[in-house]
Amino acid sequence: MALFESGGGSSAQLLDAEVSGLDALDLPVPPRPTRGARVWAAAWPKLLAIAIAIFAWQVVVWSGWKEQSVLPGPRKVFPAFVDDWGTIWPASQTTLLRLGQGFAISLVLGMTLGALVARNKVLRAALGSMISGLQTMPSIAWFPLAIVLFGLKESAILFVVVLGAAPSIANGLIGGIDHIQPILLRAGRVMGARRWKEFRYVILPAALPSFVGGLKQAWAFAWRSLLAGEVVVLIANKPSLGHQLQVDKDNIAYPSMMAVMIAILVIGILIDSFIFSRAERAIRKRYGLIDEATQ
Amino acid sequence: MSLFETRHAPIDDPAGEMPAGSSAAISIRGVSKVYGHAGNAVHALDNVSLDIANGEFVCLLGTSGCGKSTLLNLIAGLDRPTKGDTEVRGGRTTLMFQESALFPWLTVRGNIELPLKLRKLSKDHRRQVVAQLLELVHLTAFAKKLPHELSGGMRQRVSLARALAQQAEVLLMDEPFGALDAMTRDVLHDEIERLWRDTGLTIVFVTHNVREAVRLGDRVVLLSSRPGRVAADWHVDIPRPRRIESHSVADLSAEIMGSLREEVRRHGTV
Repeated sequence: MALFESGGGSSAQLLDAEVSGLDALDLPVPPRPTRGARVWAAAWPKLLAIAIAIFAWQVVVWSGWKEQSVLPGPRKVFPAFVDDWGTIWPASQTTLLRLGQGFAISLVLGMTLGALVARNKVLRAALGSMISGLQTMPSIAWFPLAIVLFGLKESAILFVVVLGAAPSIANGLIGGIDHIQPILLRAGRVMGARRWKEFRYVILPAALPSFVGGLKQAWAFAWRSLLAGEVVVLIANKPSLGHQLQVDKDNIAYPSMMAVMIAILVIGILIDSFIFSRAERAIRKRYGLIDEATQ
Repeated sequence: MSLFETRHAPIDDPAGEMPAGSSAAISIRGVSKVYGHAGNAVHALDNVSLDIANGEFVCLLGTSGCGKSTLLNLIAGLDRPTKGDTEVRGGRTTLMFQESALFPWLTVRGNIELPLKLRKLSKDHRRQVVAQLLELVHLTAFAKKLPHELSGGMRQRVSLARALAQQAEVLLMDEPFGALDAMTRDVLHDEIERLWRDTGLTIVFVTHNVREAVRLGDRVVLLSSRPGRVAADWHVDIPRPRRIESHSVADLSAEIMGSLREEVRRHGTV
């Protein structure tokens, strides 16, 4: 109100009051649901989907399409899961360790490659389309070569995991750098950000949303390549999830085999939703890429 | 510690003919800028010459396509002229954009701090300067907010603080308030005027809003369109502080608007 009473006089105090008044009016106060409500809202559709999937599985078993000895139902597989925990748990650890190693190597290679290709025209012309092409190569097609090169060893599996994941990481970074708003780059230049500092303080953070999208895709590729590798490259005395699948199949222990499949699925869902989807969402939210009003 | 050393007051130079070199913060001499190649070349600027004094507040006015933003980019050194040269003797320049161009991943504090970080100021020093700048643009309470959580006017104030953090002597502003509502713009006019008075910055302010130009500028320079040339140059001697709704601002605005309309008619086909 001070504005209208001032009648043209503009003292610093009045101005301050006007500024803070405008700020107060400008900022909306969105109602925030409680934490419990948000967790429940996120969880119930997933729980419902799982219930429906298990029910559908049971229906197929009931239909008598295959004998129960070949296609066991949930009522046989879940007890097998509990009984086999002693083998599933160490096998999961081996598999997850390999995933971590493969992903770490992919991260270093993919980021280096992506940064070089995005910033260098010659490299881009030479390698840009090749990186995308690599992504279309099914990982299973690499294994014969990997086994010839490395033998039946961990390194053969890691080789294929890296080939699957690194191109996605590189592509995510390249795409992110390509789509940076030019005005942000200009703003960086104006304040004197050049070369490494420009990359560190402007380009890399600006590319982050797309980069994390690339990481998410890369993890999915890595996980698939890894399991394919563990089924194909059987390493003695080193039980892993993929290895266990093959062993259970050979021993005609179908409920145990399906228990391992469930472990693989659950690990995949957990890593995807608790690491990658969560990180992606947090970043999109920070960058203001999520419209709060539509959430 | 004071953020800005006091600089000498703007030089009183009503004739606008300052001796070459002595007090001009920015000299633009015979600058032309052509985009594209022969055949479909676009002459954004054609032989523009302009001297801007130290501490002067100059508004560049023109319709779209007059090369206002091009001229700012040339002064800022983000682009090179096809012909002629621009010289900035008044010190470092900084540019404030039409949209806020804030970094969305940094908080208000982080955005203002980044130019200081790039200049390798110590952590303590940075904290001090940021606190002063936040105070200056009345955003201390919003230091931890992210850009997308702010209103347009607040974002432009952060942008202003970030530009000031570069401790430049020449502030180039490219239609900085163009996207704001009239009320917010009015308040920001008061703010920028106060800041200019307190710091002795040289400001080049691009706008297409005639009243805004008269409200703020010591000088209003009208650029013609396609090719961009200096069409007219007014010295505004309405005493400060000014109000955008005052008669004196309205009268001069009407006169300038007349010239601007003439300029627009030149491009009509009727």
